[in-house]
Amino acid sequence: MLQLNRKQAYKGLQHPGGELVLRQSAATKSSLMPPNGHVGDDAFVRFAGIQKTYDGEALIVKDLNLDIARGEFFTMLGPSGSGKTTTLMMLAGFEVPTEGSIFLAGRSIGTMPPHKRDIGMVFQNYALFPHMTVEENLAFPLKVRKLPKPEMEARIKRALEMVRLSAQGKRRPAQLSGGQQQRVALARALVFEPKLVLMDEPLGALDKQLREEMQFEIKHIHENLGVTVVYVTHDQGEALTMSDRIAVFNDGVIQQIAKPAELYERPENVFVAKFIGENNQLSGKIIALNEPACTVEMPGAGIIQALAVNVGMVEQPTVLSLRPERVKLNPLPGSLPNIFSAKVMEVIYLGDHIRARMSVCGRDDFVVKLSNSEGIAHVEPGVEMTLGWKMEDCRALRPS
Amino acid sequence: MALTMGSMSGSTVQLPLRTKLQRVERRRKLRAFALVLPLLLFILITFVLPLSRMMRSAIHDDTLSLLMPRTTAALRDWDGKELPEERVYDALAKDLKRAWMEKTVGKVSLRVNYELPGAASQVKSSARKLSGLSGGPYKAALIGISPLWGERDVWGVLKRGGSSYTGFYLLRSIDFEYNANSRIVASPGEKAIFRDVFLRTLMISITVTAATLLLGFPVAYLLAKLPPSTSNLLMIVVLLPFWVSVLLLTTAWVVLLQDNGVINGILMSLHILSEPAKLLYSRFGTVLAMTHIQLPFTLLPIYSVMKSISPSHVRAARSLGAGPFYAFWKVYFPQTLPGIAAGCLLTFILCLGYYITPALVGGPGDQMISNFVAAYTNQQLNWGMASALGAILLTATLLLYIVFNKLVGADRIKIG
Repeated sequence: MLQLNRKQAYKGLQHPGGELVLRQSAATKSSLMPPNGHVGDDAFVRFAGIQKTYDGEALIVKDLNLDIARGEFFTMLGPSGSGKTTTLMMLAGFEVPTEGSIFLAGRSIGTMPPHKRDIGMVFQNYALFPHMTVEENLAFPLKVRKLPKPEMEARIKRALEMVRLSAQGKRRPAQLSGGQQQRVALARALVFEPKLVLMDEPLGALDKQLREEMQFEIKHIHENLGVTVVYVTHDQGEALTMSDRIAVFNDGVIQQIAKPAELYERPENVFVAKFIGENNQLSGKIIALNEPACTVEMPGAGIIQALAVNVGMVEQPTVLSLRPERVKLNPLPGSLPNIFSAKVMEVIYLGDHIRARMSVCGRDDFVVKLSNSEGIAHVEPGVEMTLGWKMEDCRALRPS
Repeated sequence: MALTMGSMSGSTVQLPLRTKLQRVERRRKLRAFALVLPLLLFILITFVLPLSRMMRSAIHDDTLSLLMPRTTAALRDWDGKELPEERVYDALAKDLKRAWMEKTVGKVSLRVNYELPGAASQVKSSARKLSGLSGGPYKAALIGISPLWGERDVWGVLKRGGSSYTGFYLLRSIDFEYNANSRIVASPGEKAIFRDVFLRTLMISITVTAATLLLGFPVAYLLAKLPPSTSNLLMIVVLLPFWVSVLLLTTAWVVLLQDNGVINGILMSLHILSEPAKLLYSRFGTVLAMTHIQLPFTLLPIYSVMKSISPSHVRAARSLGAGPFYAFWKVYFPQTLPGIAAGCLLTFILCLGYYITPALVGGPGDQMISNFVAAYTNQQLNWGMASALGAILLTATLLLYIVFNKLVGADRIKIG
């Protein structure tokens, strides 16, 4: 379900050029003043005016400016083709930026070959060397660095203990399960004690349960070692669980950089709202603007009080974003600013919660999420009721 | 009645599980066998039977015991120290007369000629002259007809001919032979050629295999790295030798390499050479043409293995601190070894059996073992020698394969 929403969102976002400039300035502003107070000059990793094109025509990454602090768990989130992996590969040194420069600990690394950057990397398919045992895989970066043998052995032992694979050291990667291979890849990227570790969708090939386990494990290792992690994923749940900060990518542009909770609670534009979690989107026209609130007219359906987050002037169109779980059933008349009558169209039972598709304000794709507790038994197809929501939960965004 | 019914149904239920499984499996196995049966029969008739027949004729030869029964029987307790007595000459005379009558003397003389070159005409003329004689004693008469019968060598050949099985062909193939006393001795210099030929076959095969590997590996690497549109075009160029007959390719090389051919022409018009270099009928030409023909066989398995190596391996090595060459040598190259092993083994074994290319491009000193097998089969009709050389080549190839298997492991070979 989520997957579908995201795809639709991506397809629907082929914005014209004029929009991009505006969007871009917003992104630049937010990167210079990160919400959690990292000041630009301390940045451990800095992307400055990065552009990347493969064919000389289409830009995969468009004027990227981004600072990542030391010790941060930073996630780049976005649909495939949004430029997040390309950004990561430029940081690793496998791709060269067409324009702009990348700084690592204050030093420009634009032309530095990948093996001199001292950056650990975990690949999507693990990239373990199949002709070497687990221990030989871990020894590889240490041999390259010509470490003395006793220290090498001690480090390999420690790394294997860290990922709880001490007994598997003599095995070859093919003899390990997917989760174990993943942990070996993690240990190999950390064993030479890099200051920065990049992860390119490292959990993509694991099943759901293992993936959740590994999320905690990676988070735990990050906290223990204090290493800086740049993590790429298209899984919003993964990003929300693990990250200190998330950058949402779309079409080569960072849409928003924020802490997980803020990203979910306060999306800045329609794409972020759609991509992170589920939401209902209602299109309308602003008829009155008195910050922080605004009044939006839905043609032929009524008037909604919404929070003006990112809107233009009165008379301009806007898109309202409303989380399905913020909708209240049968509120007392007058208790909420927005109350509308609705009809249940479809009910899906999901165990801990119930999703109901309703017909509200002339649209019948309005989704309401109800936690599975008392008082939901009467939600059945065909039942008529009223729905209401707070002004702050309904966010008016600039349409894309 | 009800009781019997009950016990019957009980017995069917109690059939052991193993029996039931076997019954089901048998039907499945029969069906599988029926599917492979046509090919199995085809291989048996066209490959296994002729091959074992040929292997047998390397050690089996009953020409003399069949066509000269009296002589071989009479020689059974001849000690070989002196010429045999009159009794044996008498048997020989009777056998030769009969052979002359039945027109089998040609076969006998050919068989004797294998071991005593030049003896054929003397055996034949003796038979012709004997047919005019009415009675013995034959010893003096035969020695008078031909000095052949006055020496012990021919009697050794006839005595050994009493057995249907002979080691002569195999011994000859590795430059040994029987002396007059039926002892195994090294062949004299002018006959001792086969060890050289085997060694030459081995050396040419190794050279060609090494050359195809050196030329093919970088091309395979390039093909595996290029985008599909470009690599497909290059692949067609690489595969061209596959689609052209070996005879045609070899003839093309004859045209290129001959004294007034393309290569010599260019080199002379550029004044690099003042007179044509000897390219055709040389070892260089043979190896060159064979390398050209064998290149795809070495290249393709390497290419397909390279295709399956994830590019992220080298990237991972680079990110772990390895320079470009170190990453290639320690991470990429070891993963191509199964392909290299497969390609080289394929080319090497195919090279061992090369016939047409050395025959057309090589000189007399570049003929490989197959050329001798062909000459024995087609020209000299000496099937025993052809089979013996073939058997040794086959055994050597199998031995090499076993050694290779021990060193590399056949399960690690990847053709595709």
